[in-house]
Amino acid sequence: MLFGIEWNTASNLAFATSILPILLIGLITTLKATVVGFILAIVIGLVLAALKGAPLKIISYPAAFIIEFLRDTPLLIQLFFVFYVLPQLTGITLPAFVAGAIALGLQYSAYCAEVYRGGLEAVPWGQHEALKALNLPSAYGFFYIILPQAIPRIIPALGNYLVSIMKDVPILSVVTVLEMMTIARIIGDRTYNYLVPLSMVGGLYLIMTLLVSFLVRFIDMKLPKSGIPFK
Amino acid sequence: MSEPMIKFDKVTKKFGDHVVLKELEFEVQSNEMVTIIGPSGSGKSTILRILMTLEPINEGVVYVDGEPLWHEENNGKLAPASDQHLKKMRSKLGMVFQQFNLFPHMTVRRNLTEAPIRVLGLSKKEAVERADELLEMVGLSDQADKFPAQLSGGQQQRVGIARALAMRPKILLFDEPTSALDPELVGEVLQVIRKLAEQHEFTMLLVTHEIPFARQVSDRVCFIDGGSIVEQGPPDEILTEPKEERTKEFLHAVLHPDE
Amino acid sequence: MNWIDYLGPMMDGAWITVKLTFYSTILGAVFSFLFGLGKLARHWYFKIPSVAYIEVFRGTSLLVQMFWLFYALPLVGDIIGLNMRIPPIVAGVMALSANIGAYGAEVVRGAIQAVSKKQYEAATALNFTPKQTLWRIALPQAIPEMMPAFGNLAIQNLKDTALVSLITISDLAFVSERLRNLTQESAVVYTLALFMYFGMALVLAGMLKMLSQYVGTWRRAAGGK
Repeated sequence: MLFGIEWNTASNLAFATSILPILLIGLITTLKATVVGFILAIVIGLVLAALKGAPLKIISYPAAFIIEFLRDTPLLIQLFFVFYVLPQLTGITLPAFVAGAIALGLQYSAYCAEVYRGGLEAVPWGQHEALKALNLPSAYGFFYIILPQAIPRIIPALGNYLVSIMKDVPILSVVTVLEMMTIARIIGDRTYNYLVPLSMVGGLYLIMTLLVSFLVRFIDMKLPKSGIPFK
Repeated sequence: MSEPMIKFDKVTKKFGDHVVLKELEFEVQSNEMVTIIGPSGSGKSTILRILMTLEPINEGVVYVDGEPLWHEENNGKLAPASDQHLKKMRSKLGMVFQQFNLFPHMTVRRNLTEAPIRVLGLSKKEAVERADELLEMVGLSDQADKFPAQLSGGQQQRVGIARALAMRPKILLFDEPTSALDPELVGEVLQVIRKLAEQHEFTMLLVTHEIPFARQVSDRVCFIDGGSIVEQGPPDEILTEPKEERTKEFLHAVLHPDE
Repeated sequence: MNWIDYLGPMMDGAWITVKLTFYSTILGAVFSFLFGLGKLARHWYFKIPSVAYIEVFRGTSLLVQMFWLFYALPLVGDIIGLNMRIPPIVAGVMALSANIGAYGAEVVRGAIQAVSKKQYEAATALNFTPKQTLWRIALPQAIPEMMPAFGNLAIQNLKDTALVSLITISDLAFVSERLRNLTQESAVVYTLALFMYFGMALVLAGMLKMLSQYVGTWRRAAGGK
């Protein structure tokens, strides 16, 4: 019994059906962690990308280092760091879910920073030259000409990372976040039948990945390829 | 008259609903040099591509050296050609592409020796000898160890011609060989083509926009428009005094673009 | 204990990490070519298993895959009567290889499809067989194209090895966790661990850059016209 729901070990099929509700509860936690982690990642990534692009080397070099560091170190260790070390340094104890979301956000902020940079660089240099030739002010040029052309490239890449974040959520199990896979393991521990719960989690992941991928591709199709005109 | 080297017998080619060749009837004699001219989309490149087995046909029969190309004779009936038959027929043809299509990861010499070794079974020594002869013929002996990207367009195309020649085909197909070249590089390629035409050892089909050159080297010129031959004949006839209105319009547009 | 004393066991753990990365990256590369080419095959009996493999291992979480191989596979074995109890290290390497192999397969497929159609036409004109065309013309041009993406995947793989600590393999992550439990000096231990992974990643990136340059020699010859 878990969360007040009993399961039926009579046959594999009955077992599967009876644990599905519990797994779906775990799925909700998984999705919450994914969304919060993603939002943190795109925001922190934006800040890091902006700092890395700063003209002052004293700002851009450390920013570049931080991005590289976050990108080249495992999420697992980053998670341990956030969960165990931050409380020691700052005296604030973080709930497991928050620590997990922050770790996801940090790890993927590095990838997002790269996506922003790549998207902006993909805008043809001729656009910048046209802005100069027409004597348009640079802030205006950036927001109304360059950025709208960068966005159609950035969105699908960010969408792919959204899917990746979802697949990394089980790592949060080490700080006892009750996401989908942890629940499957608990069920396995109690019934000695790991096959059914873990396979179901695999299947649920496959479905979620396909759904989110379709969503991202759908949004990608709806995006005008040449850029988003906003007023 | 002996068997033509190439014969298109009521050949139709469609891309989806778009008919590119309409029941085309076309012949080329052995060792003849024929230039095909016409507007874009008229089907001239398609004729070459069909011969080189890059495009299949929808209706009709194509004969190369007396045998059907895209069909096989099976107990007196014609069946679609097997891969083996296509491979056998293909060995009689060689093609020079508009974009050269050299293998960028191989040196010039290796571009010339790879197919003779792997396909014809020549020994490395024989293949290299043949390659060096051909490089001398096209004037590129000193570039043998360079990579294609290090050569100019004209040099690359000359390598392309040598590469096709290395397979000793009976028929040479030139698909707009100079259209992708800067004007000052066109001459060196045309020179090589002229040399080949004067040898009269190959059947040659040339698709090009270089009208003056065509007049000098061809035995016959064909004007194609809308998937069929509008008129054909000796170069002096067709290019100086064309009979058909469409031919006249086309030649005028090509030779006097600003009028 | 002084932090210097931590280095000994952590280096032992790091060595395990290196070996894991090495074996799983190489095995993963084999899978990448196998299933990447398989997906491009004409015959459905190559194509369908390849697509299935790629979708399953790309579409599910690596940790789930690892746990499945370690905990669930033996149960499948029980059902069909074979002993499928695999040691943790085998489960770890298999999961890592299968996972990176699936991502790599898409890289291989993409790079081969990126080779210009005109190269295939030239190969046909010269009468190469499809097999010759693939191995002598297409793949040599595709491989330099794959290198940057493979580089990223290798680094990703290095980071992913940390997960094997969760199935009791004594890699760097496992040793770090054990040291932390022992000494409660989380800051020191984890900072050391992070920097050790960072160092390994930089070395790996450097090696891949050299490999990439070796494989792309003909491309750079082109650069100097």
